[in-house]
Amino acid sequence: MVEKVIMLGNEAIARGAWEAGVTVSSAYPGTPSTEISENITKYPEIYAEWAPNEAVALEVAIGSSFAGSRALCSMKCVGLNVASDPLYSMSYIGATGGLVIIVADDPGLYSSQNEQDTRRIARAAVVPVIIPSDSQEAKDFMIEAYEISEKFDTPVIVRTTTRLAHSQTVVELGERDERQPIEYEKNIAKNVMMPANAKNRHLVVEQRMKDLAEFGNTSKLNKVEMGSDTSVGFITQGIEYQYVKEAYPDACVLKLGLVNPLPEKLIREFAEKVDTLYVFEELEPVIEEQVKAMGIKCHGKDLFTIQGEYSANLIREKVLNQNLDLKAPAQIPGRPPILCPGCPHRSTFYALKRLGLHAAGDIGCYTLGAVPPLGVIDTTVCMGSSIASLHGMEKARGREFIKNWVAVIGDSTFMHTGIASLENLAYNQSTGTVLIMDNSTTGMTGHQDHAATGKTLMGETVPAISIYKVCKALNIEHVVEVDAFDNDAVYKVVKEEVNRESLSVVIVCGPCALLKGQTFPYKVRAITDNCKKCGACLKPACPAITKNDDNTVSINSTMCNGCGLCVSQCHFGALEKYEV
Amino acid sequence: METKNVMIVGVGGQGTLLTSRILGGIMTQAGYEVKLSEVHGMAQRGGSVVTFVRYGDKVHEPIVEEGQADVLIAFERLEAKRYAHFLKKDGVIIVNDERIDPMPVVMGAAEYPDNIIEELKSEYKVYDINAMEVAKELGNSRVFNNVVLGLAAKHMDFSKEEWLKVIEEKVPPKTVDINKKAFLASYEA
Repeated sequence: MVEKVIMLGNEAIARGAWEAGVTVSSAYPGTPSTEISENITKYPEIYAEWAPNEAVALEVAIGSSFAGSRALCSMKCVGLNVASDPLYSMSYIGATGGLVIIVADDPGLYSSQNEQDTRRIARAAVVPVIIPSDSQEAKDFMIEAYEISEKFDTPVIVRTTTRLAHSQTVVELGERDERQPIEYEKNIAKNVMMPANAKNRHLVVEQRMKDLAEFGNTSKLNKVEMGSDTSVGFITQGIEYQYVKEAYPDACVLKLGLVNPLPEKLIREFAEKVDTLYVFEELEPVIEEQVKAMGIKCHGKDLFTIQGEYSANLIREKVLNQNLDLKAPAQIPGRPPILCPGCPHRSTFYALKRLGLHAAGDIGCYTLGAVPPLGVIDTTVCMGSSIASLHGMEKARGREFIKNWVAVIGDSTFMHTGIASLENLAYNQSTGTVLIMDNSTTGMTGHQDHAATGKTLMGETVPAISIYKVCKALNIEHVVEVDAFDNDAVYKVVKEEVNRESLSVVIVCGPCALLKGQTFPYKVRAITDNCKKCGACLKPACPAITKNDDNTVSINSTMCNGCGLCVSQCHFGALEKYEV
Repeated sequence: METKNVMIVGVGGQGTLLTSRILGGIMTQAGYEVKLSEVHGMAQRGGSVVTFVRYGDKVHEPIVEEGQADVLIAFERLEAKRYAHFLKKDGVIIVNDERIDPMPVVMGAAEYPDNIIEELKSEYKVYDINAMEVAKELGNSRVFNNVVLGLAAKHMDFSKEEWLKVIEEKVPPKTVDINKKAFLASYEA
């Protein structure tokens, strides 16, 4: 009997990679793609690693492909921007061992800095795109992606979205295809991308896309479902297919699994069979524009939003013209995400606030330092941008302008792309202050290791790269380490270093409160009789403190991790740490 | 069977994922098609979180849309109010009677609403419990979510044995006994 299990989309992708005979996986964590690599570690046949960033991860997978073995590289949507340099070249070179890149888009922006559509980048790089619609397809399409990669000599992007990645549906498991590596052959004309070779390869790439479009007309990745009512028809893909079926189980649907390139013949045939054609695709009108360019009339972004996730209700409203008579949501206070109780970042942000400083921010939990009441982060752009943008400010406006500024970056983001930026500050004589907030993990994505934690994805202990020594090796004279939980020291060091007339780095060290194996020997309690209701303890914005109706405070003892930042703010002995 | 829609809502860090996986497990064991949808990442840092669980003979989308939930399991009462409009007219709310102030309330920029449970009761069938108190009496406040689940289970069509079996499978091995106790504390009350 075939074994059936319920699996997260990301878990199913990992399973699919295993069944396809993959032997190497490299990635940098990024929501919603992270669980792919974490699940890969269940399969001892696959070597799996965290790379410092997505470009490196893809280059590792490329090496495996050159060596004739199937390789996987996974990343979130914006990771592909970092990895796009190797991607564009690999489109020309092609794949020896199957090369599949998972890119997880984030319609609705659950945890990303933009809502970019990977299909646009794939079209620019001339790389095929496959999109699954549930966990079963996530697994099955992985196997198909490797077949296509090797058959058509191309890297293949499997594109997911947050909803697919983080939904669990039933999957039928299969066996692993144990494969021997493809024999290595030196081939300079194909594998060395210099102009003379690339000119020829460009023609190959264009022909490959024509062949793939033809393949798409008959591939099992694309399917037509004809319902009884041909007055409307939908061209759709991925999770959007589920919304169509939910709202309209008997709909006529052309469901595309191979979304780039499009199967023109199949689309024309389908369009002729239905009266009104709708293209139902989240994010950019990538399919719609091409269908229209074929001269086929269709509805798309004239009805369906370019922003956010779709739903069955969207079809009920816009296509079926149903009055859904929905209740309005209650008007109640919002609950935005916040730094956790015992978060090592809080002392730094509170010090910045007290000192009236601005911060060029970066990507991680510490982006939450931008929201009130801390509100000390002024800018957040992309991974590693804090450090270089601080430098740009100084070069534009001089030392005077940045004397009230710092750059704030986490340890994992520093190892990702921050190092190169810091190199620039050292080389080009910045006088700025960089705070590296080292919480010993990649926090926001759910605690993944990196080169400075001393542990690999597969659980091996390795020598940790010292961030301090890296800074020193970049010729930075003033590098200071400070304990994140020593609130007075954090304040003092930041104040001192900001006033310094030369480049300095402060490494604020304190493990993430959610890190596995963390113990919290203390908690805090309120001594209400001493409370003067001044509110000083509330300023660092810890969610474990609640203001009572009479303006005194209570501590939620379940949430409190006893970091003591609130205690250090109270001058009246109304809060005290106790041992648990 | 017509598809049933369950939502689990709460504050990031309260353990909604574990509960949804227990629900997913019991529905799969019963032979239904099950789809779950979760929130990971940024939203887990003390933000409002929602998990969808759908089961039936054939399930398409993995999300529950507004006006379609049969059961809303809320780990905090403000979150019950936030998602109540997702319920069908005859929907049921299981709510943990706990207050966790969101940051706008802590800062004094907004007020935590009074009488949430009373107001919900005027519109929906509501079952409330102070699960944290029950869990603390059992000696482990972390298992409060299985106290809430025990109350929800009373209003769902699975047997005690089925529930205990799936709890055993889904919770960390060392915590099986305490989690079963937590479940039974409200299920058998």
